[in-house]
Amino acid sequence: MNLAPSSNNAPERYYNYAYLDEQTKRMIRRAILKALAIPGYQAPFGSREIPVPYGWGTGGIQLTAAIIGPDDVYKCIDQGADDTTNAVSIRQFFAKVADVATTEDTNQATIIQTRHRIPEKSLKQGQILVFQVPQPEPLRFLEPRETETRAMHAYEEYGLQYVSLYENISRYGRIASTASYPVMVEERYLMSPSPIPKFDNPKLDENEAIMLFGAGREKRIYAVPPHTHVRSLDFEDYPFETQTWEETCALCGADDAYLDEVVLDDAGARMFVCSDTHNCAERRAAGHAGPMADHQLARAEEGDAQ
Amino acid sequence: MNAMTAKIETAPLLRVEGVSKWYGHVVGCTDVSFEMRPGEVLGVVGESGSGKTTLLNCISGKLTPSAGSVQFETSRFGMTDIYALSEPDRRRMQREDWGFVHQNPRDGLRMRVSGGANVAEPMMNLGSRHYGKMRQATIDWLERVELDTRRIDDRPAHFSGGMQQRIQVARNLIHGPKLVFMDEPTGGLDVSVQARLLDLLRELVRDLRLAVIIVTHDMAVARLMADRLLVMKGGDVVETGLTDQVLDDPQHPYTQILVSSVLQI
Repeated sequence: MNLAPSSNNAPERYYNYAYLDEQTKRMIRRAILKALAIPGYQAPFGSREIPVPYGWGTGGIQLTAAIIGPDDVYKCIDQGADDTTNAVSIRQFFAKVADVATTEDTNQATIIQTRHRIPEKSLKQGQILVFQVPQPEPLRFLEPRETETRAMHAYEEYGLQYVSLYENISRYGRIASTASYPVMVEERYLMSPSPIPKFDNPKLDENEAIMLFGAGREKRIYAVPPHTHVRSLDFEDYPFETQTWEETCALCGADDAYLDEVVLDDAGARMFVCSDTHNCAERRAAGHAGPMADHQLARAEEGDAQ
Repeated sequence: MNAMTAKIETAPLLRVEGVSKWYGHVVGCTDVSFEMRPGEVLGVVGESGSGKTTLLNCISGKLTPSAGSVQFETSRFGMTDIYALSEPDRRRMQREDWGFVHQNPRDGLRMRVSGGANVAEPMMNLGSRHYGKMRQATIDWLERVELDTRRIDDRPAHFSGGMQQRIQVARNLIHGPKLVFMDEPTGGLDVSVQARLLDLLRELVRDLRLAVIIVTHDMAVARLMADRLLVMKGGDVVETGLTDQVLDDPQHPYTQILVSSVLQI
């Protein structure tokens, strides 16, 4: 079953459609179905060699390869940005091996592969968000034994995860952990949301899109189906809070977006900008302007874009 | 005498019947039976390789015995064979009703998190989700085991061996267990630290009316801590009785050797 066009004019293809062979994709799809059927459960799968190093998104690439078709519109972001090396390479990879249209527009994309962020724009039914996951096991740093963590998931023994929150409060006076903030899925499975900032954790809850998580090195796939309840862990006297900034985005003036701090020179000048580059560009195009909208760096960036 | 009569009237907390463990053809322990009541401290003594730890592991649910049964008065299910419980039920029972003090504190503590978090962990395992309350309970327990409460956030590795053992004791008592297993709790400590820890343990056990099974090869520890003794040799229990009776008037030749070989100053 080859989805690629097979007319005589088509260029000769050296790889199977979407890089992986059909049996592998079937195997991954079965793991995805299992993961969707048990939200938050880490389904094992036979992770394959991918032409990027572990830690660069081998899990996400395999998930995308298994679900992508020629009609899909593919977007790939890294830390929210469409234009970083990793995102550009992976986007080109799928444009080449899967003949898909690519986009930077969150609304147009049907598959969004991401590392470290969930786009600011809310996702819609029919979209699939693919996360690259370095360490799927939230309990790993507290309990190194895989046999033990599996039993803990099976028997819902999640008291240990609170030890990490306790440590945070005793050391910093608040839950200082900012990324990979553990969540409970449908009050059953403890799940690592991958290293997204906890700012994005509320977006996991009751999301309309399908969220798939792939860990290539650790050989695990897990998922949050649409409209699933996802709760970030906390204590009664230390409720869950997301990051906040006193600044707004220096370029688009957004006050509700996740901001990156960028050091500008050796004299301590800095700016806060949206990490979601597409959302920021769209806001600027719509006429929003931040305090540094006319800064030479911003102008230079616009020059690059044209 | 009144206390003893009261003890006999209460129902047994733990009933061990004919427990045997073979590792292939190697004998771990054979046909061990005894009962324990709440508040009782049972010492298991014997030379190394006599089956003490095997017996302890069998009773504490870590090692399925080859034969025999271990029944415990659980909070949830009443008197029941612990190996007949499903694994999640058994694990929950172990968390709720038991404590286990290891010889090496590194086996019983999480070395990557602070001493305070180690002490509070059993509360979190039982569903406590209020930081302030857990913090206060932890501080109270550090005081009870005579540790400096200002060091609550230090890692276990930054404490001395004796202090680590105190943290381990606090961690295993904070959730109010019914029965605590201790495997050579003072094994790796120097004599003065050992004496203070034993003193502390004795006080806590008496105050909390804990039932304790303490495995030791040290007759002095047995004398100080235990109400009753089980003397093991080659996997068999060769002598049982009240501690003073066994140590002052040993009947079995092996017990006689054991008692007479204690070093005198």
